[in-house]
Amino acid sequence: MSGGPYDDRGNHDASITNPCGMAEDDPVHAGGHEHPAPGGPFLIGEAMTGGYGRGADILHSCTIAVDRGEIAVIVGPNGAGKSTAMKAVFGMLSLREGMVRLDGEDITELSPQARVRKGMGFVPQTHNIFTSMTVEENLEMGAFIRRDDISGTMEQVFDLFPILKDKRRQAAGELSGGQRQQVAVGRALMTKPKVLMLDEPTAGVSPIVMDELFDRIIEVARTGLPVLMVEQNARQALAIADKGYVLVQGRNAHTGTGKALLADDEVRRSFLGG
Amino acid sequence: MRTLALFALVAALILGTGVLQSWNSALIILNMGLVSAIMALGVNLQWGLAGLFNVGVMGFVALGGLAVVLTSVTPVPEAWAAGGWRVLGAIAFALAAIAGAVFAWKTLPRKTRGWAVAAIAVVGFFLYRAILDPAVSAIESVDPAATGFLGGLGLPVLLAWPVGGLLAAGVAWVIGKTALGLRSDYLAIATLGIAEIIIALLKNEDWLTRGVKNVIGLPRPVPYEIDLQNDAGFVETAAGIGLDPTTASTIYVKLGYSVLFAVVLVVLLVLAQLALNSPWGRMMRAVRDNEEAAEAMGKDVTARHLQIFILGSALCGIAGAMMTTLDGQLTPSSYQPLRYTFLIWVMVIVGGSGNNLGAVLGGFLIWFLWVQVEPMGQWLMGVITAGMADGSALKAHLLGSVQHMRLLTMGVILLLVLRFAPRGLLPER
Amino acid sequence: MDFLNALVALANFVFIPAIAYGSQLALGALGVTLIYGILRFSNFAHGDTMAIGTMFTILVTWGLQALGVSFGPLPTALLAIPFGIVLTSLLVLGTDRLVYRFYREQKAKPVILVIVSMGVMFIYNGLTRLIIGPGDQNFADGERFLISARDFKTMTGLDEGLALKSTQAITVVVAILVVALLFWFLNHTRTGKSMRAYSDNEDLALLSGINPERVVMVTWIIVAALAVVAGTLYGLDKSFKPFTYFQILLPIFASAIVGGLGSPLGAIAGGFIIAFSEVGITYAWKKVLTYMLPESLEPSGLVQLLSTDYKFAVSFVILIIVLLFRPTGLFKGKSV
Repeated sequence: MSGGPYDDRGNHDASITNPCGMAEDDPVHAGGHEHPAPGGPFLIGEAMTGGYGRGADILHSCTIAVDRGEIAVIVGPNGAGKSTAMKAVFGMLSLREGMVRLDGEDITELSPQARVRKGMGFVPQTHNIFTSMTVEENLEMGAFIRRDDISGTMEQVFDLFPILKDKRRQAAGELSGGQRQQVAVGRALMTKPKVLMLDEPTAGVSPIVMDELFDRIIEVARTGLPVLMVEQNARQALAIADKGYVLVQGRNAHTGTGKALLADDEVRRSFLGG
Repeated sequence: MRTLALFALVAALILGTGVLQSWNSALIILNMGLVSAIMALGVNLQWGLAGLFNVGVMGFVALGGLAVVLTSVTPVPEAWAAGGWRVLGAIAFALAAIAGAVFAWKTLPRKTRGWAVAAIAVVGFFLYRAILDPAVSAIESVDPAATGFLGGLGLPVLLAWPVGGLLAAGVAWVIGKTALGLRSDYLAIATLGIAEIIIALLKNEDWLTRGVKNVIGLPRPVPYEIDLQNDAGFVETAAGIGLDPTTASTIYVKLGYSVLFAVVLVVLLVLAQLALNSPWGRMMRAVRDNEEAAEAMGKDVTARHLQIFILGSALCGIAGAMMTTLDGQLTPSSYQPLRYTFLIWVMVIVGGSGNNLGAVLGGFLIWFLWVQVEPMGQWLMGVITAGMADGSALKAHLLGSVQHMRLLTMGVILLLVLRFAPRGLLPER
Repeated sequence: MDFLNALVALANFVFIPAIAYGSQLALGALGVTLIYGILRFSNFAHGDTMAIGTMFTILVTWGLQALGVSFGPLPTALLAIPFGIVLTSLLVLGTDRLVYRFYREQKAKPVILVIVSMGVMFIYNGLTRLIIGPGDQNFADGERFLISARDFKTMTGLDEGLALKSTQAITVVVAILVVALLFWFLNHTRTGKSMRAYSDNEDLALLSGINPERVVMVTWIIVAALAVVAGTLYGLDKSFKPFTYFQILLPIFASAIVGGLGSPLGAIAGGFIIAFSEVGITYAWKKVLTYMLPESLEPSGLVQLLSTDYKFAVSFVILIIVLLFRPTGLFKGKSV
């Protein structure tokens, strides 16, 4: 038995079922409420413990935080739970212990959609654009929850990523890898978020494009928007980070400023490769 | 325990029909229940064990019916003389043309092969029609009121059952090869289409099946009632247990069918159970539950799927042949997808997908309900309309449409089971 | 002259019927493809949704006729369509609330929804037969012909008549209007775009704050509207019989798949491809060929490639050919 009473018995018949674009996450259910919880950093996932579905814990009392005007970076070896920690902060997996606070409120029980409304912008690692829609439509969909005029924000995004303005009428799926990531970040910025979360924004792009993306991210952070990101390219990421978290097997292994971590012998030896 | 209890319930329902209505009705339900159970077993093999979605059950059942005609009907020599061999020639030519097209596709260079295949197809089709058409009209004009078709081989009717299975298996091979071989699996739409085509063939190719004129008086594996009634010994025995000859003979004949069908069902069920628990069955389930892992272990998933699709369809073909034998006639216009495809699906889902006993149980139970919902509906409508004035249009309409209650009921049963017992009455272990 | 006669015969017996039939199939296939894109399963109950929706329209039409309401030369049924749409929307929304929603919440695999739709199919089918009966119902009124064959002959002096039934003209006009409206909605409104986004990437749509239940609700309403319009047009053009509507499921599925499941543009193209091949291959070409060929070559038979009963075979063969060479359909499907 693969998955409960409503599994598909291995049926992949394209004439009756459409797996494309289906939801795969198991997020916090809608209907929870926030509670006031003053103090602490702007966004913090504190002592988070949890895993997917009924599976084993992936995170073990893991803490991640970012404050105004900062770039915080989560790094670590493969399978360390970096992306899981990020998803936990965003409510894409239910915590068994710990809490998430944003701007003086406990938002642990909020669904991801509700967190977007609270001002969190999230860029998933994969499937982070609407491939069949134009660049402009992607940005419009990013701003779906807004009822005011979005043209100003769209201009700001186009200023940040000029190439998108030229390709605004093109289907996002036809763009190159780096351009797609720009669309993805731009989409998240359209809500005018109070904090931006990026899950491996440079995965699968060339080094040149990666540098450019980092530049753009720094530019975003300079506007005062806190940025929390997971990165595979630890050196470059720590170099621009105000705060770094090294995760190992779902636990905080090292925490410090980006520079301090880069200078730390143990971090270098065990993780950055010398 | 649960299995036993549920089967006892079905037995009680059928016995109850015998006591309350008549033993004849009970046996009619039992016989079609046995046939339905085999069909459900076939679909369960495909869906339960491999996740294959076959919505063309009707087509395979109808092929079984065709097998009965082709095997057991006495040949019509005049029709054979008029054009029988020419028809065979046309079919042989068509097969050769298809083989030629496939050969051309495989050997010619990319640029030209499309045109070559198209040319072979078009020219082949017209030549085929040119060979076939005169033969067909010659055959169909041989005493059209009585025959007008080639007839069969005149072999014993019991032989038609395995032939039905083989015929269905052959067609299933062609469909499976095509639909499962595509980059995505398109089996559902393929089976949906082929079933309609098979029915269209049966309705239109009069030289083969007499079309909508039906083939009646098919040979039977059991004696005729009238012969029994004229048999002094039989009448005496019947009188001995207090039955009049007519009732006794009809019950005797139906019991004969029941025994034959039950033997087939038991044999097939035992085989299915053995297969399910054999290494082959375990592998099929492994493929179903984790296709990628199975593929990584070197299992050819498409070939496994093709295998099981053919097997399941063959079961439907056997059941179809049995059903036509029971009816004693082939009536192509009686094949309806709701009854012969989707009702079988209800049986499998209600019984429990993946569990052979469940499918058999579902076959009996749903067939019982399919038959008995009508009298129940009649009674219900009687109660509802009791207060209405006689002769009111609404009352007449309600009473007249009782027979459609069964469709409604089947839908409700399917939805209720899916909601509250999603794995069926007898879940897969 | 013979050439003109041949053309007129071709238009009369092939083009016009195929265009009307193609429009009906396209509308049906649009409904199937929308459900496939948004709810991610093939809806086996679609044919019966068309049947029950048409039944509502017919009942309202009869009511209007009884009240003495008429639409001049146009069929009264056109006035009844909005009522039919409202009633059918209520029915499918109720069905979604009672039946489908539960499985969405359970995150059931799409194939389970296919089986669920079989149950719904049984129920709709039973309801239709229970209420209006299984027989033929004729509900067309108003002017029968826009141009009758005889008028055309006297007008042009040709031997061949060209008859344009008003139902055919209405079918095409209404289909164009409905399709234009649908595309405008999908491409230029906020809700329409959110539907496309949801179909493209459900997770990301949720992250963007798109409410899935609302998307699903709007989809059902559109599908109900398409089904009612398609069913009513088909019923006006031919006749209404519940079983025919169940059978039309196959050409509709074939149209949607040929065009590329999930692609609205593909559904329309698929509808016309299927319709033209069905009509073309089951038409007896003797008349046209008699005009076109010299007398010596005149065909003796009907020159009918296949008997009309094999029209399903035609949709099926086209389907297989397309799938063999373009597995995702002509318009690369799977996104609305």
